[in-house]
Amino acid sequence: MKTLDLISERSRLRLLEVIHFSRAGHTGGDLSALNVMTVLYQKILNISPSTLSDPDRDRFVLSKGHCTEALFVSLEAAGILPKEMLDTLGQFGSPLAGHPTNNVPGIEVNSGALGHGLSIGVGMALAAKMDGRAYRTFVLMGDGEQEEGSIYEAAMAGRQYKLDNLVAIIDRNHLQISGDTEDVMGLEDLALKWKAFGWDVREMNGDDTSDILKTLGSTDYACGKPHMVISHSTKGKGVSFMENVAKWHHGVPTEEQYAQAVEEISERIKALEKESL
Amino acid sequence: MKDCRKAFTSRLLETAREDKDIIAVTTDARGSVTLGDFSKELPAQFVECGIAEQDAVGISAGLAHSGKKEFCCGPACFYVARSLEQMKVDLAYSKMPVTVVGVSGGFAYGALGATHHSMHDIAVLRCFPGMSIFIPSDAAVTERLTTLLADYPKPAYMRVGRGAVPEIYGEGLEFEIGRAIVAREGADLTIAATGEAVAHAIEAAGNLAAEGINATVLDYSCIVPFDSATLRKYALASGKVLTVEEHSRWGGLGAIIAEELGEEPVAVRVLGVPDENAPHGTSAQIAHYFGLDAEGIAASAKDFLKK
Repeated sequence: MKTLDLISERSRLRLLEVIHFSRAGHTGGDLSALNVMTVLYQKILNISPSTLSDPDRDRFVLSKGHCTEALFVSLEAAGILPKEMLDTLGQFGSPLAGHPTNNVPGIEVNSGALGHGLSIGVGMALAAKMDGRAYRTFVLMGDGEQEEGSIYEAAMAGRQYKLDNLVAIIDRNHLQISGDTEDVMGLEDLALKWKAFGWDVREMNGDDTSDILKTLGSTDYACGKPHMVISHSTKGKGVSFMENVAKWHHGVPTEEQYAQAVEEISERIKALEKESL
Repeated sequence: MKDCRKAFTSRLLETAREDKDIIAVTTDARGSVTLGDFSKELPAQFVECGIAEQDAVGISAGLAHSGKKEFCCGPACFYVARSLEQMKVDLAYSKMPVTVVGVSGGFAYGALGATHHSMHDIAVLRCFPGMSIFIPSDAAVTERLTTLLADYPKPAYMRVGRGAVPEIYGEGLEFEIGRAIVAREGADLTIAATGEAVAHAIEAAGNLAAEGINATVLDYSCIVPFDSATLRKYALASGKVLTVEEHSRWGGLGAIIAEELGEEPVAVRVLGVPDENAPHGTSAQIAHYFGLDAEGIAASAKDFLKK
């Protein structure tokens, strides 16, 4: 797991770098979802630069599209998104927007309006069933996103069509832009809700790459039910002054804050590199 | 007289028998769309979403992403309102080749009221880059369009009405996406219409001819991509264009034509639904009330020519 942690921390450093230089980003949610995307692109998805158009590739939809910077750095770490392209983030005319767009290598669909991704994922998973293909579809949603009603239309369709090739993940960091989800519009009991919709519900520690790998790696793809994984995470994970602070939903660090974040992450990277020697 | 909905579903079934990638998606509307035969004969190519238009458009996008050819079908009023954001983002912005088929559009639902009317679909959808818009005028155009849309590489919206409409074109129909059909030629006036209003315009032109007024009728079954060349040819020659549509006077075919001709020495009069909800009645009664039937079109044409 040290290797995964090392990749994730390096991506975390790169994430802060691109947000700092582009002067924009949804930093807090990027950081809470980064470990999940790292594990997906490093260990779970059968995607590589040479299989981006393969009809049997696994599909990933970032329904919480505002956390696109975490997706960009995960794609870069997987060798799919060229560094030179990511370096253009924030420049006028860049191929990269502040939300995912499918002109970017490795990105399947445009997203950014919340509550759309799960329906698209249902369609992708249904197409796999129709064509007898073995690819799996993963959809990462936000917890605040669970307030969008369209999600529950997709929840019903997922069960109706017995889409056991569909894995939805909720980044449960408890914070949306205005504060704690339970103060804004209570979501609990989230697991019970999804169980009531007929989904195979599991929970994991989204801050722990080993638990993410164990959970996502042990999915029963023949159970006849779509899968929901509630990923308990920390908004702003890995930067001390950003952790569990709602204002970092979107926020760009000052020069001083950036230097501190770089120092914290770099120290962890050094320690992990030493351990892996 | 022939029903465009049935023309669509019959042609879709014929085409889907040969092409297993064609999928009909619907929202508890197999009855109102007339997809019953399709659902029974080709259940593996039929996706029922329940009463959930947002989900239906999203699912269609996901299916299209994996190479399927979707016709996402249900009442126009619900698709072009409830699932508008999915049409904007998941279809238009993502360039997913899905055709949304809105049945019983305009005021076809008559006395069911404004909840079931859709006077705004052209106005809204033409602002989404890459979205094509069709309102076929008769059954033959609907059939031809259905065949073309099965392999059309772009997102599209096709509105069809509810009742039977006159059969304007026979076997000799020449229809291409991006081209208006010249249904009749005359030098005094150009009438441009879309959907069921085309038949009314042709009837009006026939009545006007008996009074010595000769009108061209342009059939804009294909609204976007818009055929500017044909419009300009007839508009510049006649100097007057009367537009007719079962749509708000704001933002529809008439508005497109007025915008196209804004720098030309051509007068444009737009017939459509004014800024009010339709009275309760049959679609024929509503068309008459708003002056969109043959009688109303002919009266407007004569008044327009006096100016």
